[in-house]
Amino acid sequence: MGWRGWLVGMLAFALVMAACAEEEDAGRSADDPIRIAMVGPSASNDLAFTQSMVDSLDRLGQDYNIEVDITDGTFVIEDAAVAIRGYAEDGFDIVLAHGSQFGGSLSEIAPDFPDTVFAWGTSRDTFGLTNVYSYSVQSDEGGFINGTIAAHMTESKTIGVVGPIEVGDIKLYIDGFVAGVRSVDPSITVNVNYIDSFSDVALAAEAAQAHVEAGADVMTGVSQMVVGATGVAREHGVLWFGSQTDQVPLGEEIVVASQIYRWDYQLSQIVEDLLNDAVSGRVITATFSNGGLTMAYNPGLPLADDVQAAADAVEAGLKDGSLSTGVE
Amino acid sequence: MSDFLTVSVLLATLASGIRLATPFLLAALGETIGQRSGVLNLGVEGVMLLGAYGAYYATLRTDSVLLGIVVGLVVGGVMGIVYGVVTLALKAEQGISGIGIFIFGLGLSDLLFQKQVGTPTPIDGLGDVAIPLLGDLPWVGEVLFHQNVLVYAAFLLVPAMWFVIHRTPFGLDVRAVGETPEAADSLGVSVERTRYITIFVGNAFAGLAGAALALELGIFQQNLTNGHGFIAIALVYFGAWRPAGVMAGSLVFGLVSATVLQWKTLGIVVGTTASIVGMFPAVLTILVLVLVSRRTGQPSALTRPFERGH
Repeated sequence: MGWRGWLVGMLAFALVMAACAEEEDAGRSADDPIRIAMVGPSASNDLAFTQSMVDSLDRLGQDYNIEVDITDGTFVIEDAAVAIRGYAEDGFDIVLAHGSQFGGSLSEIAPDFPDTVFAWGTSRDTFGLTNVYSYSVQSDEGGFINGTIAAHMTESKTIGVVGPIEVGDIKLYIDGFVAGVRSVDPSITVNVNYIDSFSDVALAAEAAQAHVEAGADVMTGVSQMVVGATGVAREHGVLWFGSQTDQVPLGEEIVVASQIYRWDYQLSQIVEDLLNDAVSGRVITATFSNGGLTMAYNPGLPLADDVQAAADAVEAGLKDGSLSTGVE
Repeated sequence: MSDFLTVSVLLATLASGIRLATPFLLAALGETIGQRSGVLNLGVEGVMLLGAYGAYYATLRTDSVLLGIVVGLVVGGVMGIVYGVVTLALKAEQGISGIGIFIFGLGLSDLLFQKQVGTPTPIDGLGDVAIPLLGDLPWVGEVLFHQNVLVYAAFLLVPAMWFVIHRTPFGLDVRAVGETPEAADSLGVSVERTRYITIFVGNAFAGLAGAALALELGIFQQNLTNGHGFIAIALVYFGAWRPAGVMAGSLVFGLVSATVLQWKTLGIVVGTTASIVGMFPAVLTILVLVLVSRRTGQPSALTRPFERGH
């Protein structure tokens, strides 16, 4: 092949590349799925924080044409950062950094990918970036409802709480739970034990055991380590209240009610912004009034009518604004 | 503080400390015999995870806790053979290959759990067994003799391990191989065979430690051990490579953790103070390690591969 042949070949190649580039510039067609990536700190089926987002993505898929990819178990923040950046480089439309511990990494990564939408939580900080959403939950509301029910059900007048670390939605939930108990009967003793770990199942179990020894006949707890505490609760027939996901699978005979995080409330708004070219970066908070939080009751452990009525009244009050948890 | 200083709370704290100490003790005893023969295994955590998952899954499928214990032991033993081949036959650097075993165990246990089980499903774990007569003793009976079988096994293994190391020909071989493998070899002791046995036993103990954790909790989830294996390695140094010292270290760690939990539960420490107090077990371990490392020397051949003629 002479130099003319090479020249023609190179021109043809350049034309093909230009055509491809033009097609890319045209953006995603209406039929293309929205590609959403999620990076979660624990297992996808932890019956807690990470699973709450996985379940929410499933629900979101019922309303939108989405393609989801998940990297879970990134309890090492550096691993999560690699995954977040990798998804952005791979051209995902929305990248979810599901964990408040990922904020530092996200603040460094997001500016490098202005055309990618990032969301993280629980947090109320978008770093001033227009492509970063943050999501949070008013988890004290479900805590207040659970606390109200718990106060009606305790016979020993002692309730135990097993918490991981005193931060964010965890602290909100526990403070709300304590406030809910107090609203019914201020004389009830509520022992709160933060074990300073999201994942130490053995320590959670011993904390629960300590609550039982202290006389607790009702307990609650948050995060993936509660599987240790629910084991102790099952062993001693102690009633359990959950948060984040429906925790009935951890003990049909003890789990009374759970607060459910419905992240699809926030996700649907982010997707709508994306579809309408209205990405702006903002904070979106889930509450009972906007449907981002709901309750799940164990049908195998029905509440007495008066207790259910009290719980429903609290939920209605939170929804219409006539009731406040008093938690800040 | 007066709430804490009651007989019932103190006894509950003691019982809690013993339960918390058990997985550390089993894993640390296994690591002790390995290190006494000159082999460091940083993969204890990974082996514990695999043992925990194996025990959990076997019990979940068969409702047999005994089978779960056996599976935990066997899984640990198999990992011991793998680690032995890697470090002894292939002469891989012990520190790096141990970390490899940890990562392998962490990943495989999670993969198997996701594929075979999925959502954390509770099992009926180990129940407490009361020792006749002793269990009826006032105060100590409830604390010491109403425990599960693996707690009893762990503490009985302490004198057994001491006897093996200090009073048997095999124990003499182990110590010789861990101090001066060349001299042991010149006297006809098979360094490789001795180390294979200690690695096998040590890893079987690590698998059993994982089983003890999963069967006590009655559940498995990703990264269940949460650093227990690494703490167990630290406790070997804490105990100066002696079974009784390792037991003391495990108990101190367990009891301090249990005490902190009780204080938090009773509201004796709250807020930031509680978080600071929560660091006590780790701080104490570091302090003792510093003191012990000044007094006691580790086995001379620790981490040193043996090659005849070198």
